[in-house]
Amino acid sequence: MLSYILRRILSTVPVMAIVALFVFSLLYIAPGDPAVVIAGDQASPADVERIRESLGLDRPFLVQFGTWVWHILHGDLGTSIFTSLPVTALIGQRIEPTLSLMVITLLLTISIAVPLGVVAAWKAGTWIDRAIMTFAVFGFSLPVFVVGYVLAYVFALQFEWLPVQGYTPLSEGVWPWLQNLILPSIALGCVYIALIARITRASMLEVLQQDYIRTARAKGLGQRGILFVHALKNAAVPIVTVIGIGIALLIGGAVVTESVFAIPGLGRLTIDAILRRDYPVIQGIVLLFSFLYVLVNLMVDVVYTLVDPRIRY
Amino acid sequence: MDRRTLLKGLAGAGSLAATGGLSMPALSQGASARTLRFVPQANLANFDPIWGTQYVVRNAAALVWDTLYGLDGQLQPQRQMVESEEVSDDGLVWTFKLRPGLKFHDGEPVRSKDVVASLTRWSARDPMGLMLKAIQNELTAVDDKTFKWSLKQPYPKMLLALAKNNSPCAFIMPERIAQTDPFKQITEYVGSGPMKFAKAEWVPGAKAVFEKFADYVPRQEKASWLAGGKQMLVDRIEWVVIPDPATAAAALQNGEVDWWESPISDLVPVLKSNRNIAVDIADPLGNVGSFRMNHLYPPFNNVKARRALLMAMSQEDYMRALVGDDNSLWKPLPSFFTPDTPLYTEEGGEIMKGKRDLAAAKKLLAESGYAGEPVTCVVAQDQPITKAQGDVTADLLKQLGMNVDFVATDWGTTGTRRAQKTPPGQGGWNMFHTWHAGADCLNPAAYPAIRATGDKAWFGWPTSAPVEKEVAAWFEAKSLDEEKAAVKRLNKAAFDDVIYAPTGFFLGYTAWRKNVSGIAKGPLPFFWGVSKTA
Repeated sequence: MLSYILRRILSTVPVMAIVALFVFSLLYIAPGDPAVVIAGDQASPADVERIRESLGLDRPFLVQFGTWVWHILHGDLGTSIFTSLPVTALIGQRIEPTLSLMVITLLLTISIAVPLGVVAAWKAGTWIDRAIMTFAVFGFSLPVFVVGYVLAYVFALQFEWLPVQGYTPLSEGVWPWLQNLILPSIALGCVYIALIARITRASMLEVLQQDYIRTARAKGLGQRGILFVHALKNAAVPIVTVIGIGIALLIGGAVVTESVFAIPGLGRLTIDAILRRDYPVIQGIVLLFSFLYVLVNLMVDVVYTLVDPRIRY
Repeated sequence: MDRRTLLKGLAGAGSLAATGGLSMPALSQGASARTLRFVPQANLANFDPIWGTQYVVRNAAALVWDTLYGLDGQLQPQRQMVESEEVSDDGLVWTFKLRPGLKFHDGEPVRSKDVVASLTRWSARDPMGLMLKAIQNELTAVDDKTFKWSLKQPYPKMLLALAKNNSPCAFIMPERIAQTDPFKQITEYVGSGPMKFAKAEWVPGAKAVFEKFADYVPRQEKASWLAGGKQMLVDRIEWVVIPDPATAAAALQNGEVDWWESPISDLVPVLKSNRNIAVDIADPLGNVGSFRMNHLYPPFNNVKARRALLMAMSQEDYMRALVGDDNSLWKPLPSFFTPDTPLYTEEGGEIMKGKRDLAAAKKLLAESGYAGEPVTCVVAQDQPITKAQGDVTADLLKQLGMNVDFVATDWGTTGTRRAQKTPPGQGGWNMFHTWHAGADCLNPAAYPAIRATGDKAWFGWPTSAPVEKEVAAWFEAKSLDEEKAAVKRLNKAAFDDVIYAPTGFFLGYTAWRKNVSGIAKGPLPFFWGVSKTA
């Protein structure tokens, strides 16, 4: 198992290298020029050219790529073209809000979606099942920003229970931290809850028809024990897979959610960097997200062995 | 229902709730009255006002760095860091003396050598600075408080150059910082202005913090724009970047922020209906909308084709697309200069007035030799101002029977593409849209869009000897009357050669909570004199 994990971690290196080359090439050929944005609207073409030179953007592709890779190998993701701050420092400033948002959303989602899916499967065909699935359809259909604005209107503007926007670091207290994350997490979690609830239901329905469930019922086991001990554990592999895949959804959704709730996280940093063509920042964030995604997939594979002892690597 | 409608609906409902008298205090209203929370027009992504010339950088820099002179509300340069100035009879030698008590935020006094280094860096980037540099004999520090600028020929606009609020302004930095290459960014933010920049709290894209500089000695005169006594009545200013307008509106209604620099016009009625919020015109100098044509390639290398567009275009269409039905927010502009300012003139602007003559425009277009070739019209969709103008232009071109190649893109790509001098079919362009701050269109000093120096001109590369002759005449003018006469001729020449097409003059609002007072109208947000009650 340990050697498998080590092999998987090592295999991330070529994956990251391909991602790096792909991202760098894509940005190189993409239209847009950070020098133009820096120089401002009134700048002369000569000024823009001088700024391009000072940023090294006039150098050939291979030279730029080689320099970037060399710095990465030395643990340096580069310096933001616009802020002159190291990309690692910018990511460091922004990672806490995004991780907080993702963790709270994930916890909220799993604690709501899995029980909903289990109940829907248990009560398949009844009004409870239909109500849960109707909610799931709404959850899928409503864009994050719509849910976000409605929540902000009701709970921030109407009831004044929670703030409209912003982020308070965890170091300033749990409640201040949490009150800025409740609405964004619900907004971001809606799609995710719908997705996991549906997958849980489908997976549970399949398992509930197995012989060993009938046997469990026949020997007089309680409904709760059947559902949450026997059935759910055996239905867990697809659920865990979807939770893993869903982290990618969360990353995408965080971009919108952070904009709607003005949370200074990696999502907003990404958008700002793309709009300004801040190449080192874009490259750094994409690399980080790729690494996180590979890591999550690895964790999912490891969790498989815990929920299904037949799986061995 | 589209996103914008939804935002208006929700924000409107929020306002109704507020006017309905909800009694619960907002969560963050307990914040100190000594802290002003401000939502800027854009993100402060860098903080070097010479290297990056975006308005948002200039606005923040005006808090941290002071200038030798400041432009006041009457558009006159007034002494700011300077105590006195003297110019030789031949106009070639300017001698300036700094006022006493000036200190940088690191405790060091402001010395002439700091001024010399700062002006040297500024003059490498600023159009007026470049002109000065071109005629400079030497710029030297005579002693700690006196510096001298000796020129090869007189430069009557010296004080305006040092006072102007167009980017880049002539901000004064410590010598060690000002010695940075003007095309590289500074990394230390030490000024002598009324507020210090709290670098440790800066989160680009999210927050910038400014703290009151206790050792700042304001001038005794009343503050007026960038001139006079910059009295700070709050201890701390937090710039909170909120990219989503609906969220910013909700935050203002909820009391989470105190002042929103640039609310979008869609949300202004909502804000106006809230009893806790005041809304007013932000900058009476407003903005000049514009579309530029590429003078290098057909059809717009022919002045007849350019004039055909002026004959056909309706500025009202452009302005209504921009600001909707609020008639107080726009004016027709048969001029290249900012209305209601001393040099404003409509000389030569008759072509923009009266009923639009589509038939005559078509005839003129045919005379230009236009034969249906595609017209590449680049329109940035992520900027509401360019998008609205682009849609109107596309319709106009179609009405004229032109073959429109509508390139919908983003502002970053537009910025790159407009710099391409290749033919339109090979990555170049025929038209793009933009706008200019009215403060930049007061005179030709900081107005590259009016220049017509061909290859060296602003994008579109117009060439016009009469325009350049009148620009030079303005720079040499020694009285207001001479300036007016030069600008009058310049405006006519610019219309004759159609340097670009002005699409109209428009204004924008600013909004603040009523517990904030002292907000002045002007081309940038002025924080001195602004106070807040709990």
